[in-house]
Parts: sequence; structure tokens; C-alpha cells
Amino acid sequence: MTHRVHPLATLAKPVFAVMLCAAGLQAQPKVIRMIPGGDLKIIDPIQNPSYITRNHGYMIYDTLFAVDSKGHYKPQMIDTFVPSKDKKTYTFTLRPGLKWHDGNPVVAADCVASIKRWWAKDVTGRFLAAETVSLEAKDAKTFVLTLKEPFGLVIEALGKPSSNVPFMMPERVAKTDPNQQITDTTGSGPFILKKDEWVPGSKVVYVKNTSYVPRKEPADGLAGGKVVKVDRVEWVYIPDQNTALAAFRNGEMDVFELPQADFISTLEKDPNVRLAKDTLGCQGWLRPNFLHPPFNNPKARQALLYMVNQDEYLAAAGFPEKYRLKNTAAYFMAGSPNATDAGGEAVKGGQNLAKARQLLKEAGYKGEKVVVLVPSDPPVQAAAAMVTVQNLKKIGMNVEAQAMDWSTLLGRRAKKDAPDKGGWSIFHTYSVGFDVMSPVVNSYIGMAGDAGPAGWPTDAKMEELRMAWAKEGNPAKRKALTDQIQRRAYELVPYVNFGQFYQPMAYRANLKGLINIGIPVMWNVEK
Amino acid sequence: MKYFIKRLVALIPVLAVVAVIVFLLLHLGSSDPAVLIAGDNASTADIEQIRRTLGLDRPLVEQFFSWLWRILHGDMGVSVFTGLPVTTMIAQRLEPTFWLTLSTMLFAVVFAVPMGIVAAWRAGTWIDRCIMALAVLAFSLPVFLIGYFLIFGFSIKWDLLPVQGFRSISEGFGPFLRHLILPTLSGGLIYMALIARMTRATMLEVLGEDYIRTARAKGVTNTRLLVRHALKNAAVPIVTTIGLGVALLLGGVIVTESVFAIPGIGRLTVDSVLRRDYPVIQGIVLLTSAVYVLINLAIDLLYTLFDPRIRY
Repeated sequence: MTHRVHPLATLAKPVFAVMLCAAGLQAQPKVIRMIPGGDLKIIDPIQNPSYITRNHGYMIYDTLFAVDSKGHYKPQMIDTFVPSKDKKTYTFTLRPGLKWHDGNPVVAADCVASIKRWWAKDVTGRFLAAETVSLEAKDAKTFVLTLKEPFGLVIEALGKPSSNVPFMMPERVAKTDPNQQITDTTGSGPFILKKDEWVPGSKVVYVKNTSYVPRKEPADGLAGGKVVKVDRVEWVYIPDQNTALAAFRNGEMDVFELPQADFISTLEKDPNVRLAKDTLGCQGWLRPNFLHPPFNNPKARQALLYMVNQDEYLAAAGFPEKYRLKNTAAYFMAGSPNATDAGGEAVKGGQNLAKARQLLKEAGYKGEKVVVLVPSDPPVQAAAAMVTVQNLKKIGMNVEAQAMDWSTLLGRRAKKDAPDKGGWSIFHTYSVGFDVMSPVVNSYIGMAGDAGPAGWPTDAKMEELRMAWAKEGNPAKRKALTDQIQRRAYELVPYVNFGQFYQPMAYRANLKGLINIGIPVMWNVEK
Repeated sequence: MKYFIKRLVALIPVLAVVAVIVFLLLHLGSSDPAVLIAGDNASTADIEQIRRTLGLDRPLVEQFFSWLWRILHGDMGVSVFTGLPVTTMIAQRLEPTFWLTLSTMLFAVVFAVPMGIVAAWRAGTWIDRCIMALAVLAFSLPVFLIGYFLIFGFSIKWDLLPVQGFRSISEGFGPFLRHLILPTLSGGLIYMALIARMTRATMLEVLGEDYIRTARAKGVTNTRLLVRHALKNAAVPIVTTIGLGVALLLGGVIVTESVFAIPGIGRLTVDSVLRRDYPVIQGIVLLTSAVYVLINLAIDLLYTLFDPRIRY
């Protein structure tokens, strides 16, 4: 039996094939795969200030205000805000259409609870809380902040871009004790966490929040419309940097958030790869322990300023020349609105070992053991610690380098014992520009003793100056205060800036619209 | 059966001793998870508050007994960091580790046993020397180095296989297999070398026995002689080596899993240790101890199959 095929059917066959193919293409979800800079272990960006948790926060939560690429603070969830004439009362109104991932509307009470949870944990938040009389919801869309006296940083605080970011959460979630981790991940941000697909230590999956109503303005920095142009974002944590590099260059991954510094040159040569270098960069911190000799003496700490050659530290960490700044005296990041060289002659002059030795002598250094904590894992901190050990020996100090993993180091640096009794003298860390760029957000410049981070510098005058800076609304007066704070910092040396560097984020050339703000936000990105 | 039950009961004191030792080792260490959770800018008070919330400020004995009580009720607790139940976190990691163990051992055994037999059969010849040189090489090369070579060749140079990751068998057999090949090769070579050397050594011993000479004199074929007469009698130490290999692999192939970014038990162990996630570490150690004991039991029971003289 023969079967005659109609000519139309013959024609239809390839047409159907194309249609099926097109349908298949349409059904194919657009997925961005990113190698994050760390493993997302904690999902509460208020309880935990780590950058990976902050980045997770930006995926699923929204903020009241946000900073744009020029450093200006713009309303994000806020529609309007009206300060009173005496600047003691701020009335905020939420923009329409805001919804939680569970479909419920975002109301003012949610924001009030979220701000209160945030300011219990955050440095800037604590300044704001200290000046607040009341924070109350007036109606579903409006809340009012009443201050004891004018506070110059209200909008900057509520739009704080980095840890801890005041992310908005539903009231039921925001009422959780700030020291206890939340378990409910309902947000109102542009993505939704797929908790059932989360494999800690391996993969975090986000899907597009189809109910999200972006602002009308184009995306600019963290501000503007958060328009999501993909269906799904997957963070695939690859602990081994060599494997991560291979997977990225092989096209298995689209974004490599924090490639090791010595991979930068290789990545620059790859035509399929682009590097995003944010404007502020990061600042390295050498932190002395104020509680024990020799660094309980300001002259010994000043010796550290002369001992450091910033370029040497950043080269040791592997950063190519164009990714590092030389002899930066700005405590608040070169390139930021608060950058100043006031009091920074020691750093501007470059390394001066003879001066460092002389200062140590003036400090009455008697050869006490100096314990430097050397981490084995984070490469920047590890390289910096080794350079410090070498330089301390050069200026005649009795140094003991103690190697340990980062977790042990964090535990060890919380100990207040003397260096020869299980304590420490120096450790290294670094912070991104957003967390350094003002006297208030820069927590390591704070000198509140026990109430501050490890190292425990104490100086009432510095704390007064920081509070005065926070309250000051006049830009010129604030600038004068910045200079004063920095001079005080160079006098007392709460930490030594071991260099400002740029940690680029690498992405595949087929991605368009990636926002270059130093935080891997995935709205506006097309693939 | 009596022996089996006796061995199972013996598992309890083993696990109890392991539990006490691990608990003390972790809690008497120099670091605690509260410091990590509190972060870089935390004050002493912040850290203390988090320690209180996690219950880490309670006396050690109290913490131990409350953990033990929960364990006895089948509750391994929740991760200090992720807030997820420890059982969920371990369950998420079992599939990759199971398949990696199976494929690695399968690869190792399929190649190693014939290699060992041939090497013993042709002892002293160039074949034996080649096989043993290969075994020494496979045994000496670090797993991570083999992994990087394989990635460079098969993924970057020839673009045949993915660099990293794991796909569940439920996502399709093709992707599952493609993601398993390189880690299997990388991790399996060392076991292949170990089993091949063990097989050769025991086979050499057996091949010198009188009954082998008798079998030869009776005209038994080489294959039959090697497999039925020699290998069966050489099986006990080989099975022991394979069994221990399985136990080691199930305990977590840390390097292979790290190089190929496979979310298995090994990676979970390392991550949990690095961040001092006590409940997860304790859960994994208990699980792997139980697996070790059970695999040893299985090996002991297997002996009776190969050697009827062994009775329990």
C-alpha cells in the first residue's frame, strides 16, 4: 500500500519544525549563572553583615532609598518624603503597587519594624536611633520619624548601600530578635528565593518576581527601576578558584564575582570576558590591638604608618598595577565625597623605615613579642599579613607570625588577652568602599572601646566628632569635621590603610546592562 | 544472625564514644560560630548576644546532654548558620556522594582487578612492570593535580565534558553521566592503583600454592585457573581493601568534591568545620562512623562467601 503525501503537508513539515523550535526557544528560561564571592550561609542581612548575605538581600528585598552611580541618594520604595522646616520630623510615603512575595501589600508598619530591627544592629543605624524620639506608622502608606534634633544623615542612613543595609521585611519577620536569624524569606524585591532549591555550600536559586513594580526611572547604580530581564539567577558556589576560572572561561558560568587578583591579567586577555571595575574599590586595614604593648602607645601605632608601603602590599596580593592606588592618605576612600588628605603626611611621603624605628624608640618599645595573625585562606589578608611580618622585622620588632584559618582568626581576635597569653597584636582585613567612605559608616575608625570591633580603640573625642559629623547638615561644616576626624585618626591610628585597590567582577561578553556598582545586582541584565 | 545483631549492638558504644570526643573537640576549640555570624564589625557585646541566642553560653555539660537528648529522639538539630535541619543538609548531599562513590569504586575495581591479575600472572615481565609503574604513578599523583589535568584536557582544550558540578539522575542520564566522568577518573585512579597492587600481591602468593600447581597439572585453562582457583582464594584481602575504599569514599571525597564543585558529604564536612557549624559536624561524624562500622560488618560477612572456613 502506498501512502501519498499531500504537497501542503510536505511544506507544512519544516514550518511546523520551525514553529516547534521557536516554541522551544521561547520556553527556554533565561538563566544567569554566577560564581559568588562566597557561600551563602546566612540568609538574614540584618543579623549578619557579610557581603554575600548583603548581596542576597539585594536580590529579594527592596530598600526605602538607594544610591545611584554618582553617589546621590534617590527614593526607591519611597514615593515622597517631607522633612519639617526644623528638620526634626520626616514624613515618608510609600509608592503604590509595592507587594510582598506572598501577595500582601507593603504597609508603613512593615517599614517601621524593619528600620527598628536594622538600627539595633547597624553602626549608622545606631547613630540615627540615638537621635530618634519616635518612629511610627501614621497610616498604611505613611510613617513618621521624629528626631531630638536635626540629623544630617537621615536619607543616607535609610539608603545605606552596604552592610548592614536597611532592607524592608514584613512586620511579622522584622519583629524577630535582631540577634536571631530569620527563617521567612519573604521580601518585596525583584527576585524570589527558591528555598527548596537552596543547597548551602553549593547553589542558591532566585526566580523573577513577576509582581514586582519597578520605578519608572532607568536603573542607575542601586537606584532607579529594577527591571528584571531574565527568568532565573543561579549562584553556583565553586570553592576552588582554579575550577571557578575554568568553568567561567568555558562558558558554564556568566558572572565571576570575585576572581582572584592573579587571574585578572588572564581574564583581561580573553575576548569573551569583560571586567567591571567599580569606582570606589576596597581599602585594606591593618588593625593594631590597643589594649596591650607595644600598640597601646600612639607612637608605636604611628610607626606602623611609616612602615607601610601600600603598593608593596597590593602587589603581594597579586593586583595588577592599574587596579591599585599608590600612597592614598584618604581614610574615607580616594574618590569618595569625603576624600581628604588632611593629616596624612606620613602616608603621602611613602615608606620611611628609619622614621618608623625612631617612633618605636620614642614609644619605649622594649622588644615585647608582637603576634601577627596570618590567615591561610583569604588571599588579600594572607598576603598583607606576610608583608607586615617582614616589615615589622625590618623596623626591629620581635615578631611571631601565627598562621590559622580565617574562622579561627575571627575567634582569636575576639580575645582580649595579652599577645603572649593567647591574644594578638595585629590582624588584617579589608572593606569595600561603601563601608569606608564616611566617618559614620567606617566602623574601624570608631573609637568606642568595648562597643566597637576587635582592637578596641577608645577615644571620647573621636566619638564626639563622629556624632557631630552625623548631625551636621551643612556640607562645608561637614567637610571641616571630616578633616578634623581624619587628623585625629592619623594621630591615634585606629588602623593603617594598607592600600586602596579595585576588585573587578568578571562577566561574559554576551551579558548586557550589568550594573557596575561593586555589588552583583542582577536586575537590568540581559542575556 | 546472632553475630550480626551482636555487631549492630556494638555500634552503640562506638557512636557514643565518637559523639563525646567530637563534641569535646569542637567545643573546647579556640573558635565559636557566634564570632563568624556577628561579622567583622561586631563588638564584644554583639558576639555575646549571639552566643546567648544560640545557647552557646550555657555550661558545656548542659549543652552536651541537651544535644544527646535530641539525638536519642532522632533530632540532629539545625545548622547554626543556615537554620536548616541537619538531616535536610545531609540528605541534600547524599546523592552526589553516593553516585560518586559507586562510580569511583566501579571504575577502580573494573580496571584494577584485571590489572592485578595480569601483573601477577606475568610477574617480572615488562607487562608487570608497566602495570606497576602505572599504579605507582596513579598512587603518587595528587588527586587535585589529576583533576586539573583532566579539566584542562577534556573541558578546556577539547570541550567534551563540563568543568564542574553535579546533575541528579532525575535531570536525565546524559547530563548525570557527563558530570560524573571526570571526578570519577580523578578520584578513582588512586583506588585503582591500590586495589591493583593488592590484587597482584595476593595473587602472587596464591599462584605459588600447591593446589594451583595441581590444577595446572590437571590441564585447567589459564582463565579458569586465575579466576576460579586463584582469584577466589585471594579475594579476602582484596574485598577488605575495596570495602575500606568504599567507606573512605562515603565519608567524603573532599578533594575531588572541592576541585569539581560537587555538593557532596565531603564538601559539607569541610564547610561545616571551617565555619564551626557544630550540629552539622556532629551529625556528619555520627553518620560516617555508623557507615564505617556497617561497611566493616558487611566486609566481615562477605568473607564467609569467599572462604567457607570463616564462620562467626
